[in-house]
Amino acid sequence: MRARILLLAAIVALMGAAPALADVRSEARAQVEFGIAVAQRGLWKEALYRWERATEIDPTYAAAYNNLAVAYEQLGDFEKARSAYEKALEIEPNNLTIRQNYDLFKEINDRKIRGSDR
Amino acid sequence: MTARSGVLIVSVLAGFLATACTSFYEVPIETPIQPKLDVTNYSRVLIAGFVAGGSDEVDANIETVRLLRSQLRSKSDLRVIEADVLPLIEIAQEQAREAAADSENPGLPDKIGSENDLEAYERVFANVDYWKRLGEEYQNPLIVTGTILFAPHQRSGFVTREREVYDQFGRRVTQPVRTYMERKGFILRPKFMFIDGRTGATLYSETFREEVLYNAQQNTPALSSYFELMDRLLPNFLNTLSAQKIRGTRILLK
Repeated sequence: MRARILLLAAIVALMGAAPALADVRSEARAQVEFGIAVAQRGLWKEALYRWERATEIDPTYAAAYNNLAVAYEQLGDFEKARSAYEKALEIEPNNLTIRQNYDLFKEINDRKIRGSDR
Repeated sequence: MTARSGVLIVSVLAGFLATACTSFYEVPIETPIQPKLDVTNYSRVLIAGFVAGGSDEVDANIETVRLLRSQLRSKSDLRVIEADVLPLIEIAQEQAREAAADSENPGLPDKIGSENDLEAYERVFANVDYWKRLGEEYQNPLIVTGTILFAPHQRSGFVTREREVYDQFGRRVTQPVRTYMERKGFILRPKFMFIDGRTGATLYSETFREEVLYNAQQNTPALSSYFELMDRLLPNFLNTLSAQKIRGTRILLK
């Protein structure tokens, strides 16, 4: 009986929290969408700001980290790009799109490292 | 509301929904790669000449100087100095003779056929006074020099090739087949040295190695192989002196 009450309480708590979680995601999503719109117009610094905001609002949003990594790549900040890609893959390890972006990034980054090692 | 306006509204709505539901956006990006060498103190570059050898069919010294000058003219902010190409082998032999005070035995191989032969010539790059004098002559530019080995090369062994066959339905398909082949081609091994024309000191050096192999029956001119191999390493050479942008695409997610 007690277990049932606890389960019920947990469900109620989750149901109460769900709208809050949804709000967080939709707020982050709005930032991500705005970032995409400005990136498509070449405004990468603004896009970067939006995607940074999105990851602050929802630190579990893999797409925001993926986009953030792309923006860092475009702006030449390889260390931050790597760390953003790795964070995105940590959240969604099976996301093939993020994996593909990361592989392309690594190709360029490895070339840069090979160059500076010589 | 007519049937036509109904169709229009539905198609606009469908378009809007499709846009709203799309979660992949392919965008072009240009990744900037910073130059490996800080050349902000130089406004001019002298591609002086190279100790080159390996093949009699191509004068790798002349060809490399011409190619690098033309590339730097269009892809770098540095002004390229037009000057006679240095016969660096003769200069190195002369310097070695003077150092040894023995006109008969300068200690350098007359013919360059291997990497070891080239290494013996590398002493010329350590002659700071010589490069400083050359720098003064051209008002202290950045000097690019080095060694180039462009040598014929052959290799035999098993290689995997694609063979086209027709399957039971008459469709053309390719199958991997391992065959023994004799192949010949060329090796290009340049070592680029970047020397400060004010001090004569070496700032940076970079070595590359590329090779190309063709079917033994194929007759590819040596000069075309030389350009094919140089094409592969030019972006890396240019990236030493100027920022390069690598174009690509990435997928943005929603």
